[in-house]
Amino acid sequence: MDETVAEYIRRTVLKIPRDEIKPMLQKWGFLSEAQIETVNFRQMKENISQDVVQLCEENSADIKQAAVLDIIYNNIYPNKRIWSVYQMNKTGEETEFFDLTDFKKKFKRRLRSALKNVTINFREYEDNAIWIRIAWGTPYKNPNQYKTSYVVYHSQTPYVFISASVLRSNLPLLCQALVVASNYRDIHEMELRSHSLNSLKDIVFKRYSQNFQTYCPRPLPERNVAPETVDSRIIQENRNEKERIQRLNRQVFGDGPQPKIEFAQYKLETMFKSDPEMDVLDKKEPFRCLVKFSSPHLLESLKSLAPAGMADAPLSPLLTCIPQKARNYFKIREKKGLLPGSFVSP
Amino acid sequence: HLTTSLPLPSERDHLRPRIDMIVFMIDIKSKYSLKNVEASLAHVDASFFLGKVCFLVTGVGRVNYCSVEMNAISKLGEVYCSPVLFCELELEGIRVATAQRLLRMLQICAGHIPGVSALSFGTLMRSSADN
Repeated sequence: MDETVAEYIRRTVLKIPRDEIKPMLQKWGFLSEAQIETVNFRQMKENISQDVVQLCEENSADIKQAAVLDIIYNNIYPNKRIWSVYQMNKTGEETEFFDLTDFKKKFKRRLRSALKNVTINFREYEDNAIWIRIAWGTPYKNPNQYKTSYVVYHSQTPYVFISASVLRSNLPLLCQALVVASNYRDIHEMELRSHSLNSLKDIVFKRYSQNFQTYCPRPLPERNVAPETVDSRIIQENRNEKERIQRLNRQVFGDGPQPKIEFAQYKLETMFKSDPEMDVLDKKEPFRCLVKFSSPHLLESLKSLAPAGMADAPLSPLLTCIPQKARNYFKIREKKGLLPGSFVSP
Repeated sequence: HLTTSLPLPSERDHLRPRIDMIVFMIDIKSKYSLKNVEASLAHVDASFFLGKVCFLVTGVGRVNYCSVEMNAISKLGEVYCSPVLFCELELEGIRVATAQRLLRMLQICAGHIPGVSALSFGTLMRSSADN
């Protein structure tokens, strides 16, 4: 077995949390059940990985099998990478029947015709997701297995989720190969990025609980009222206001959990509005400014702002439109015409 | 009666009993909390400041998250001639002890303790804090 393959397998196993190593090896299927049983999974991970490499040696693993293990790892722990969403457009014809073999063949052929040194692996999952792992090389160097890009393509949809690696220069080639292989016309990057692959899927496939604007003259009856032992002697003076905020919040965010994104970025290209007496920026150029919101779970924290008293309800639509518009990177320009600056929210 | 800011909503005026003491809670992790309290203070009648107002600073257990400066708080206490208490709501022992203190102060402010008035108690608290 190649030394580089052995080292790669060793490092991959080291990434896996100790309790998950055995299930993942079983899922991999390269080592027999008997072989897996010989490994002591209670020892230190260093030693576990050595044992696994030894077994792979016995089975003569090559890079293809090692790559499959890597795909399995990334499929279970996709949140370690940042994913971008791309959308493909058809020429307007009817949807053709999707042929997986044809897709794989065309994809590989397209990539390899441009770049000989690539490792390409596919794995299909039950939810119609095709995972593609690409390790990039150069015309003069073998593929670097540690600089990989991942593509998740749901064949029934025009959406592709890409986790590019450091080598962004290969991105156009990758996009081209995808378009050709899937019989689409072109592909463009959406302004939507996150660590949570599932949340990105939730957003573009509209799987999160959406707010439906219903006309509701009376306040909704309170559900989820925490049955605390609230002393009846405690009187909330602002109950009406609190209920109004809850109602607005529910209307905007819906009831269910929010998709998980970590950033929202707003690039402002608007005119600076100041007191004319202050005479700042007399050149009247757009004031370039970048506003970035970050949080472990941005949408949930936005949802809790108004109830926590940190912001007025309703929140700015620039913040609340993120799931509906399926974007978290915005460019805000001056709105020309009747209402200057109305496109910019305070 | 709990409220997020003053003045109190007027629609409940007729339901409210006499107010004996006001405790302003400042979360040391939130500058907004201090600003809110300062804005609300403007709506309080001057007579309350004769011992019927107290500032309660919460969240003091987490030193890393302090957003409000101690100077600002002690100045607030001085300017409004009212005591400042510190507590950490997340610890049950301190929470209970603080509640008992406030309850005692409330009893005095409501006139339930014969011989001790809110004003005299307030003076007592202030002079001991200065030491």
